[in-house]
Amino acid sequence: MDLNLTEEQDMIVGMVRRFVREEVLPLELDLDPDADELKPEDQDRLVEKTKAMGLYGLDIPPAYGGPDIDLVTRTLIAMEMSQHRAGLYAPCYGTFGGAGLAQLFEATDDQKERYLYPTLRGEKRGFFGLSEPSGGSDPARAIQTKAVQDGDDWIINGGKLWISGADRADFGLVFARSDSDKGRNGVTCFIVDTDTPGFHVRRIVHTLRSAHYATELQFEDMRIPATNILGEVNRGFAIANDRLTRQRIPYAAGCIGVALKAHEMALEYVPQRETFGAPLSTRQSIQWMLVDNEIDIKQSIWITLEAANKANLGEPFRKEAAMAKLVATEAGGRVVDRCMQMFGGLGVAKDLPFERWFREMRIRRIGEGPSEVQRHVIARELLGSSLR
Amino acid sequence: MAIRLTKPWHDLNEAIPLLRGNLGVFELADKDGQVLYIGFAGGKSLYGLKGEVRDLSARITSATQVRHEVNTAYQSRFRELLMVHVADYGKLPPYNIELNHQPGRLGRISPA
Repeated sequence: MDLNLTEEQDMIVGMVRRFVREEVLPLELDLDPDADELKPEDQDRLVEKTKAMGLYGLDIPPAYGGPDIDLVTRTLIAMEMSQHRAGLYAPCYGTFGGAGLAQLFEATDDQKERYLYPTLRGEKRGFFGLSEPSGGSDPARAIQTKAVQDGDDWIINGGKLWISGADRADFGLVFARSDSDKGRNGVTCFIVDTDTPGFHVRRIVHTLRSAHYATELQFEDMRIPATNILGEVNRGFAIANDRLTRQRIPYAAGCIGVALKAHEMALEYVPQRETFGAPLSTRQSIQWMLVDNEIDIKQSIWITLEAANKANLGEPFRKEAAMAKLVATEAGGRVVDRCMQMFGGLGVAKDLPFERWFREMRIRRIGEGPSEVQRHVIARELLGSSLR
Repeated sequence: MAIRLTKPWHDLNEAIPLLRGNLGVFELADKDGQVLYIGFAGGKSLYGLKGEVRDLSARITSATQVRHEVNTAYQSRFRELLMVHVADYGKLPPYNIELNHQPGRLGRISPA
């Protein structure tokens, strides 16, 4: 893998970096420290800028009107986009657009007309409904939501937990057990309209994040037509699993961006801040924290870029994606924690972004598969069929 | 934690001096208990709940009662209370509309 950025990558990264520093960071001075959305007029203005930059809809394939950006460059961009207060869960406040639900690119033409294209036009929003109260790390076994065929329809009963955006969505991908005897080969993915009778958002799940919350869903005799099955009956787990693997790379990159920004702030601060007659930067305890930050960040960057590079080349990348997610989320937490320590009281105040990053970074070790599951995935890749 | 705000109502004039500078959410109501406004005290709020309730009650002169909840997850709690109010009454509290104090796109919730 070439460790140097290409001229084009360097230009794009520089452009995104300027956008974050000149457009996003100034707006955050006036926002609530836990905000996850801009004022509508600012949102519209910045979206026009990302469109002018040719970077709107970063995750949309070129065939559907998105920019043609390889996964390594996309990962580098993600590392830049998260370098602001809300960056971990609302990178650039969504002004670079989204791909909606990538699984819909594999939908039927009819499903694309009803769900994918309106999503890409910004007319509809979707959610991804996999985790349940019975567990999220082992969806193949944990899914208890049941789908029973009834003529041309399926009747779904059950519930989901930790689902982001369901309360504001027009539709969602809901994974349900369609064959109770087949384990991971008994799960089907349904496209569910949120105005379907029997679809309920029962509550918000309050967590360490203040703005970007999860929801709990309940399904009561929800009737879904067979034409809304995404992919094939009993083949839904592959759809979920593919998403879980791919998602780990940008998830890691977001953590690296925050770690980079926190580290940069600390590097600027410690030579200025004096204690007992000398700058903090002269203290070995501080120097070692900075050194550990540097090492944590560098190893996270290279492991994550290696995963992106393998995915880009079409090579197997499950192990590398798990390593990236594991290393970057844990390193990001350590970096933010050290930076808080260096800033002292200011580090824990809402005046600076560290306290928000600290809370949100803690979730990253659990979301999208906890560290223990990532280690399990890596071990399984290393040991193969000998691991039972 | 209950989905709806279940804290007792207090007379506004008596409550404001007792409120502290915490983060959290609050509701203002008229003398009949009709909720007029749902708000929050966040990281930018000068004097936290005390400052927000005092400022809003000066703008909403028909408000005579307040109830509050200290909560560091004030953003998600604020949205939840608005969603529950819409689920119960079909619309936002009147002064959230008049003052345009509402999130960009409010979600839908149907509490059991």
